[in-house]
Amino acid sequence: MGKGETLSWERSNGVVEVELHREPCNEIGSATLVDLEQFAAVLDELERECHALIIHSRQNAGFCAGADLRELYQRSQGMEKEAALRGVREFLERIHRVMNRIDASSLTTIAAVDGVVFGGGLELALVCDLIIADKMARFCFPELRLGLVPGFGGIPRLKRDLGNAVIRDLLLTGRSFNATKAQQVGLVSQVVAEGEVLRVARETAAQLGKFDQRTAVAAKKFIKPIPYEELRREVDLFCELFVQPAVMAGLKKFVESADAQPYLP
Amino acid sequence: MQGPDHTLDEILTLAAAHFKVPREKLSPDQDFFKTLGIDSLQVLDLLTRLENHFHIELPDYELQGVSDFRTLASRIQSRL
Repeated sequence: MGKGETLSWERSNGVVEVELHREPCNEIGSATLVDLEQFAAVLDELERECHALIIHSRQNAGFCAGADLRELYQRSQGMEKEAALRGVREFLERIHRVMNRIDASSLTTIAAVDGVVFGGGLELALVCDLIIADKMARFCFPELRLGLVPGFGGIPRLKRDLGNAVIRDLLLTGRSFNATKAQQVGLVSQVVAEGEVLRVARETAAQLGKFDQRTAVAAKKFIKPIPYEELRREVDLFCELFVQPAVMAGLKKFVESADAQPYLP
Repeated sequence: MQGPDHTLDEILTLAAAHFKVPREKLSPDQDFFKTLGIDSLQVLDLLTRLENHFHIELPDYELQGVSDFRTLASRIQSRL
């Protein structure tokens, strides 16, 4: 059992469950990064005793709305451009280490998603082996609206899993997909009724426990390569774009919106 | 294919049921942000419910600037 400010984890019957619980919708900022790093630090131990990992949300709004843009904007204000860029790169490199660690875990990993699965939230789901979605889940990469590309490994992992036309649609239009569409294109493995996603994820995790663990690990390693080189290039591209004036203008517009959660384009 | 009035009526009924507003208090030209008291996140929730109900895909950028039920219905009608 472990508990951070933004998430907690526990294990039961060979399954680790990570619950995201930051208001309003598990935005990933520095506090979440620290908690994810703490979780990654105990993953070795959990892998010796468990066979599966489920990541899910306690928030009604959904799985995760992505990066904490308000924190990003506020931290960048009053800083020299070079200092802000250094901070962004350090954040990205740290979160990539965590994402890569979960991606490479010997556990079979399941993202049990509902509601908003946007930006960094979708990137977190994409590190998992399986995505199980509530029928009300919605998936989106809105980064281009801010003059950016996804920065937590989204594009290389989408390229690993999906066809290029779907990726271009998601990325270049910034539109969101519902769970049915996400299943049609192969992003999601199961779509379930409202409120059932965690139960189904637990049943799936129990099924995974019936197989020989060494075989499961070998199979995962064989079919799920981690695109390290592209991930590194994604960090570089994000940093290159981050210094463009469009980014601060986009962040300012988002932060100053009267809407508490301005998700429409 | 169902007619636009039928589509509009189904949207109003669905919105009333989900956001727990009496159906008779909703009318086609109302601003649904104000009438339902919802933010953009809840609009996405409504969009997903409408897509599931009508078995359509409606890109969210098509909702840009749309705030009344009648225009929303016309966007959906164009996808049926």
